[in-house]
Amino acid sequence: MPQPERENYLNKHYGVWSWLLTTDHKRIALLYLISITFFFFIGGFFALLIRLELLTPAGDLVQADTYNKLFTMHGMVMVFFFLIPSIPAVLGNFLVPMMIGAKDLAFPRINLLSWYLYIIGGVMMLHCMLTGGVDTGWTFYAPFATNFTNTKIVEAALAIFVAGFSSILTGLNFVVTIHRMRAPGMTWSRLPLFIWAHYATSIIQLLGTPVIAVTIVLVACERALHLGIFDPKLGGDPLLFQHLFWFYSHPAVYIMILPAMGVVTEIIACFSRKRIFGYSFVAFSSIAIAVFGFLVWAHHMFVAGMSVYAALVFSLLSYAVAVPSAIKVFNWTATLYKGSIHYDAPMLYAFGFLGLFTIGGLTGLFLAALGINVHVTDTYFVVAHFHYIMVGGAVMGYLGGMHFWWPKISGKLYPEGWARLAALIVFIGFNLTFFPQFLLGYMGMPRRYYDYSHMPEFQILNVLSTAGATVLGVGYLLPMIYFLWSMRYGKPAPDNPWNAAGLEWKTPSPPPTFNFDEEPVVTWEAYNYEQLDAPSKEEVPVAR
Amino acid sequence: MAAHVDALYIFLLIVTGMMTLLIFICLVYFAARFRSRPGVRAEQIEGSTPLEVTWSTIPFLVFMVIFAWGAVVYFKERTPPDDSTEVYVVAKQWMWKLEHAEGQREINELHVPVGRDVKLIMTSQDVIHSFFIPAFRIKQDVLPGRYTVEWFRATKPGTYHLFCAEYCGTQHSGMVGDIVVMEPAQYEAWMNGGSTGPLSATGEKVFAELGCVTCHRTDTQGRGPNLQGVFGKPVQLEDGRTVTADENYVRECILDPGAKRVKGFQPIMPTFQGLVSEEQVNALIAYIKSIAAAKPGEGAKTSASVVAPAQSNGSQVQ
Repeated sequence: MPQPERENYLNKHYGVWSWLLTTDHKRIALLYLISITFFFFIGGFFALLIRLELLTPAGDLVQADTYNKLFTMHGMVMVFFFLIPSIPAVLGNFLVPMMIGAKDLAFPRINLLSWYLYIIGGVMMLHCMLTGGVDTGWTFYAPFATNFTNTKIVEAALAIFVAGFSSILTGLNFVVTIHRMRAPGMTWSRLPLFIWAHYATSIIQLLGTPVIAVTIVLVACERALHLGIFDPKLGGDPLLFQHLFWFYSHPAVYIMILPAMGVVTEIIACFSRKRIFGYSFVAFSSIAIAVFGFLVWAHHMFVAGMSVYAALVFSLLSYAVAVPSAIKVFNWTATLYKGSIHYDAPMLYAFGFLGLFTIGGLTGLFLAALGINVHVTDTYFVVAHFHYIMVGGAVMGYLGGMHFWWPKISGKLYPEGWARLAALIVFIGFNLTFFPQFLLGYMGMPRRYYDYSHMPEFQILNVLSTAGATVLGVGYLLPMIYFLWSMRYGKPAPDNPWNAAGLEWKTPSPPPTFNFDEEPVVTWEAYNYEQLDAPSKEEVPVAR
Repeated sequence: MAAHVDALYIFLLIVTGMMTLLIFICLVYFAARFRSRPGVRAEQIEGSTPLEVTWSTIPFLVFMVIFAWGAVVYFKERTPPDDSTEVYVVAKQWMWKLEHAEGQREINELHVPVGRDVKLIMTSQDVIHSFFIPAFRIKQDVLPGRYTVEWFRATKPGTYHLFCAEYCGTQHSGMVGDIVVMEPAQYEAWMNGGSTGPLSATGEKVFAELGCVTCHRTDTQGRGPNLQGVFGKPVQLEDGRTVTADENYVRECILDPGAKRVKGFQPIMPTFQGLVSEEQVNALIAYIKSIAAAKPGEGAKTSASVVAPAQSNGSQVQ
């Protein structure tokens, strides 16, 4: 158990500047944690207003334009300012160096720069929202966004442009760190699967994000200079915009879900006290997802006016990318077999992830089927599907990870009972919110509808969904409250409260500034729970 | 079409339902059976390549069945039968303007007879919209600057929702309407009221008013190509390519004549971009379709009433 006085990354320096000018990856992770939580609750507030508006068929809570801005800002904030940075920039930042036995990321100053870019982008986004916002949907399709709307497109686009560089720099930092800074003995095949997932994610960030940056610049140019890139009146092609947009924005889904898969892998191994079943298959499926993920973008465009043969190819490739995801689910399930399973809060989130990701993934099969896609695309079916992946999957993984590593991050234990309750509330609230939306979608309710008084038959399911959203909101508030509470009142955390494998648990909680007092030397495979749980304590490998 | 989509949907529900059940049963069973007990340690398992191959191959094969079935349904959805009744659709923020080949115009409402194939030839005046009829399980984006098509055959009289499914601005959710499917007799009665004459006749008038006739003459002496018998046929271009004279090609020739110039003609035609409305372009296309059956150089005076039965693609419904 750590002495309260022991020097660690939190108490080594005090004062605002010790945080704002820090190059410590752990402090930068906390800076990110605070900022993305802020944006999460802004995005959540928008979602709540959307759900309240849809409680009744008539448009009676806000104006049509306000509603359009609400779902646009909800999407932009949640995607670019919460989900994409969530796990990589918080948990990844905190854990990648520690898990591979490094003192810090390869480029600590670039890491700080990436946070500042994120903040600059975020402030621009806030400014954009406060001075009128955007009403195009987060997808800002041309020519509506380039030639028709009068809202602050260029400002929002530049905010995302700047935040995008933050994402590129994080990816760059991880790739270099994972290649160059592994501790002696930490071979590629001994890396925790969390690292493999982040490696795959970083590659997408590096290769994909520049494309959205270019697209955004083209949108800004089109608006300002009327170049005629996307505007058919000037010889441009609106479908070109969709291709460019989805070339990044589909892989971006994998930026959100791959890190969550990494988190869940760690949690499942720890709480079933087992080596992950099929380590190399889980590792390479992450890479396969990153590669195939770049080849399926046009499955967002099956009714957009594309050639039927192009649609055929993209449908086929979409099924190809489903295989590595299926492999992961099967391997996680198989890992439980003959395990010794504990039901601590992180594991409850991991179970939640498994259930919701499975449903999200399997409904993806419906959307990839061309004949069905025509009917359900642009309806609530799609809304439900991607929320199951991005909220049911990525956010569940994020919360599971926050609980798993919170003792390491804060040095304090959170109240276990409350945490289990919150996991349950999130799971129930989530399903109540989004499952009815699958039904609404197949019934034909289009997304982004402010007023559905033409089809009042959709009300019952919308009421259910709104009720679920309030439950979900409570479920998300609870962890924030008890995490904050635990920072002051929580019991001090031992170095390794879960008796988990992984180098990050072999250093004090909270860790010292340079993570390890001595450089660790790795002589064991990842997930060596057999040794950890061995009756004789002498067999446990120690890094120090 | 709805029946084809629903059949695949039910198949998918069964397949994914079984997959979900399999995973959930394993999860719940393992979670309960292998919960931690004092003195019982986890049994370490490396993995199993045969198992990995099995659970990669089986889902892949199932996925391929879904893919193939989905593709077959999609090709049906995307291929209008040749003898469909044609309706021109012009979308704008925030309404649907529909015009039957017989000349009836409607806004946010489309009357169709039961049991007949209806092909929609759609374009937008401003942003992207999407013509969505949930009951028929069809949807197609409607783009500015080009035509997209979709088709359906209603099997039961009644009123069905029409939605715009691609977000298009402030009143996106107000861009809704009704598809009214009628018994053939009722439909005839409805058709006979309030028509301004066939769309192709309107097109012929526009063709004359804009002065198209001065170059596109019906003999071989015109400065532009003779347009009789052209629609639906391959056209040799000056740059050596060959294109089919479909709706999109005719539209492009009117709005951007230099882009795909016909072999043997000078680039003298001015653009009509901004001079003709979407409705007029539709009427011109209907007219050019109506003279598709005439032989080039015949010089016969064509009028819509004469041409109608002879149309190659049977767009007339009488």
